[in-house]
Amino acid sequence: MFIAKKAALATVLAVLGTTTALADCGIDAGRVSIVGNEFPAIHTVANGAAACAKDGVEVKANLTADHQKINLAGMQGNPAEYTSAIIANSSIVALMNDDVIRPLDDLVAAHGQDIPKHQLITINGNVMAVAFMANAQHLVYRGDVLEQIGVEPPKTYEDMLAAAEKIRAEGIMENPVGGAYAAGWNLAQEFVNMYLGHGGEFFAPGSAEVSINNEKGVAALEMMKALSEYMNPDFLTHDSNATSAEWEAGNVALMNMWGSRTGVLMDSEGSAPEVYENTMVAGPMTVGGGDQAASTLWWDGWTVAKNISDEDAAATFIAMKNGVSPSILNDETMSQAVWMIEGYQPAPVNAGVFAAIDMGTTPYPMLPYMGLLHTALGDNLAEFLQGKESAEQALADVEAAYTAAAKEKGFLR
Amino acid sequence: MKHKTFLWFVLPSSLAMLLFIFFPLISITVQSLFVAHDQVLITVENCGPFGCTEATMVDQEATEALRREQPLGQFGGLKTYLDRNHLATGELAAAWRASDGLGDFAGRIVNLPFYKAMSFTLAYTAIVTPLTIIVGFMIAVAVNSAVKMIRGPLIFFSLLPMIITPLVGSLILFWMVDARGILGTGLQWVVGDPDLSVKASTPLMWTMLMVYGVWHSAPFAFIVYYAGLQTVNKDTLESAMIDGATRWQRVRYVVLPHLMPLTTFIALIQLMDNFRVFEPIVSFNASAHATSLSWAIYNDLGGETRQLNSAAATSVLTVIGVAILLSPVLVRTWRDFGKR
Repeated sequence: MFIAKKAALATVLAVLGTTTALADCGIDAGRVSIVGNEFPAIHTVANGAAACAKDGVEVKANLTADHQKINLAGMQGNPAEYTSAIIANSSIVALMNDDVIRPLDDLVAAHGQDIPKHQLITINGNVMAVAFMANAQHLVYRGDVLEQIGVEPPKTYEDMLAAAEKIRAEGIMENPVGGAYAAGWNLAQEFVNMYLGHGGEFFAPGSAEVSINNEKGVAALEMMKALSEYMNPDFLTHDSNATSAEWEAGNVALMNMWGSRTGVLMDSEGSAPEVYENTMVAGPMTVGGGDQAASTLWWDGWTVAKNISDEDAAATFIAMKNGVSPSILNDETMSQAVWMIEGYQPAPVNAGVFAAIDMGTTPYPMLPYMGLLHTALGDNLAEFLQGKESAEQALADVEAAYTAAAKEKGFLR
Repeated sequence: MKHKTFLWFVLPSSLAMLLFIFFPLISITVQSLFVAHDQVLITVENCGPFGCTEATMVDQEATEALRREQPLGQFGGLKTYLDRNHLATGELAAAWRASDGLGDFAGRIVNLPFYKAMSFTLAYTAIVTPLTIIVGFMIAVAVNSAVKMIRGPLIFFSLLPMIITPLVGSLILFWMVDARGILGTGLQWVVGDPDLSVKASTPLMWTMLMVYGVWHSAPFAFIVYYAGLQTVNKDTLESAMIDGATRWQRVRYVVLPHLMPLTTFIALIQLMDNFRVFEPIVSFNASAHATSLSWAIYNDLGGETRQLNSAAATSVLTVIGVAILLSPVLVRTWRDFGKR
C-alpha cells in the first residue's frame, strides 16, 4: 500500500515535471488551495500552480463540476479553506456579493507587473480577478451533411431551421438539431442567448426589476420551440454532456455548443471518423434579423480569497500567476482553450470562439441578481417547451419567481 | 431498568439527536424567519478582456455595517413562507377569484412551484408506499417458502437494489429507458410506436420514478417481513392446516395479523422516506416533469446565488408535511400503547 502510494506520487511528480519545469516560483512559505471547475484547461492551470510546491509551500487543488456549490462556503471561514477560486464572469458575482475575494491591486503591484493588462478584471477600479481563457457558445456543424444537402453553414437561426428541415426531408437524420436544453441552468442559458440575440434587456435600466415578458422574450421562446421540433424528443434532459454524446453518436448535424467542448468532438475518441473528421465550427448565429450574436462571451479567471493571511495571499497569487504563465503552453495544452496567455497560437477548433469575439458578442451580464434570474428561467421555461402553457405565461412565471426570490435576497423591496 | 441505567443507556442517542436533529431544526426555523438585508447597489465600471461596461454591484462597505449589526438579516416573519415560491397565499387567492371551476383552479395552482412539487410528492408517496409494502411482503413469502439451499443467494439478490447507491441505481435505469436503451427500445416495440420516449412524457416519467421508488425500497420491506416471518407461531399454522385452511387463508388469517405491527413500522419509515423523494429526480434529470420539496431545497442552494432563507423555509414546510403525514400512524401507535 505504502509503496503503491509512493509510486503514484512519483508518477504525479514526473507528470508535473514534464508539463512544467519544477521551477522555484519565488515563494518562501504559504498555503495554496484551489477550487475550480473540472475540464482539461483548468487541470493545466492547477498543474502549473502545483509546480510551485516545495518544502513549506503546500499547493493543492479541488477541481469538480460542483465547484459552485462549495466555493462560497469554503471561502467564508476565517481562515478560508480555499485560497483561490477559479471562476467565470457569472460565478464571480456570487463571491463578490458575499465579499469573500480580495482586491488584487497591491499584489499585482508587488508580484504581477508582467501580467498583460487585458487579463486583469477590474471592478469599480479594483482588480478582482485575472482572466486566462475565453469561452462562448457557437455553431458546430457536420460539413459532409451540409454539403450533401447543398447548404452553406447557417449564419442565422432561421437558416438553421431551414437546413434542419432539408436534412430531415431528405431522410439523412430524423432529429438533426442538437442543443443543451436540459431543464435548469442549461435551458436558462439558451434563453439568455436567444433573448440577447433579439436585442433584449433583462432588467429595467439601473434596477433589479426584471423585464423579459415582452415581444422579444416571446420571440426568443418561439424560436427555441421551433428548434426543439428538430431535436431528440428527450431534449429537456440533455445537458452539454448528453448533447455531445448525441453528436459523437452521429445523430446530430447542427448545434450551438460551448467552444471549450469542441476539442472533444473533433478528436478521434468516442466517435466514428465520418463524424469527427467532418465536425466543423463557425461563429455564433444571429436571430430575428438582428445583428447581435445570439450567444454570450465568457472568461475564466482566478481570484484570491479575502479571509487568509497576507503571506498565503502572496503565495497564492504567485502560484496562480505561474499556473497561467506562458510556460504552461505546449503541444498538448495549446488547443485546450482560447488562452489569453502570451504565446498562444489559435487552432482551428478555437475558430468559433474567436468569431464570437470578433462579432462583438455580449459578455454574460455580471449583475448581482442575474444568478437569481437564471435559476428562475431554468425552473419555468420547460412547461412552455412541453406545450403545457403559453410563452407569455411561462415568462410571467419566470418574472414572478424571480421577484419573490429577489425580495428574499434584498434586491427588491 | 433503573433510572440511572436507563439514562446512561439513552444518553448517546439523545445527544446525537439533540446535535443532529434538534439544533438543525431550530436553525432552519430561525433562518426561515429572516430575509436578507436590503442590498445597497451602486453603479460601477467593469473592465475585462472584452472591454469596459457599466454594471451594478453590491456596495460591500454599506452592506458590511448592516450585516455586523444583524448577522441573520432583517426579520421577515412569515414573509418567506407566504411568498410565491412557497405557500403563495396571495397567488392562491388570486387564482381562486380568476378561475371558472375546480379544474381550472387546480391547473392554476400546480403552476406554482410549491404546489407543483407537492402534487408529485404526494402522488409518489401515496403510490410507492403501499406498493413497496405489498411487493416486499410477496418477496418475503416467496423467499420463505423456497428450498433452504437457495435461500441465501435469493436473499442476496433481493437486497441488491437497496445495496446499490440510489444515485447509481437510478442512473442505470435512466440509461436503460433511454429511447436507444434496452428498456426504452423494448417499450417502443411493445406498444408499436417508434417515437415513444419515456423522458419526454410527463406521465411516463412519473411512472418511471415510481417504479424506481418501489424497486429501490421493496428490499427494505422484504427484509423486515422476512425477519417477522421467522417468528410466526408454527403451532398456530399447523392447527390452521389441520382445520383445512388453504395457503391463502393461512396467510390472511394467521401470518398477516401477526405481522401487523411490522407493517406499521415499515409504513412509518417509507412515508418519511418517500415524502423526501430526491435522488431519482436528480439522476433522471426529471425536473421538467416532476419536482419535490427536497429538490426545491437543492435547487435553492445549488444556484449561482444561494437562497438560504428560502431553502430553510422549504425545509420547515417539509418537516411539517412529514409530521402531518405520520400523524394517523403515530396516533394509532399511541392508542395501542395506551391500552396496555
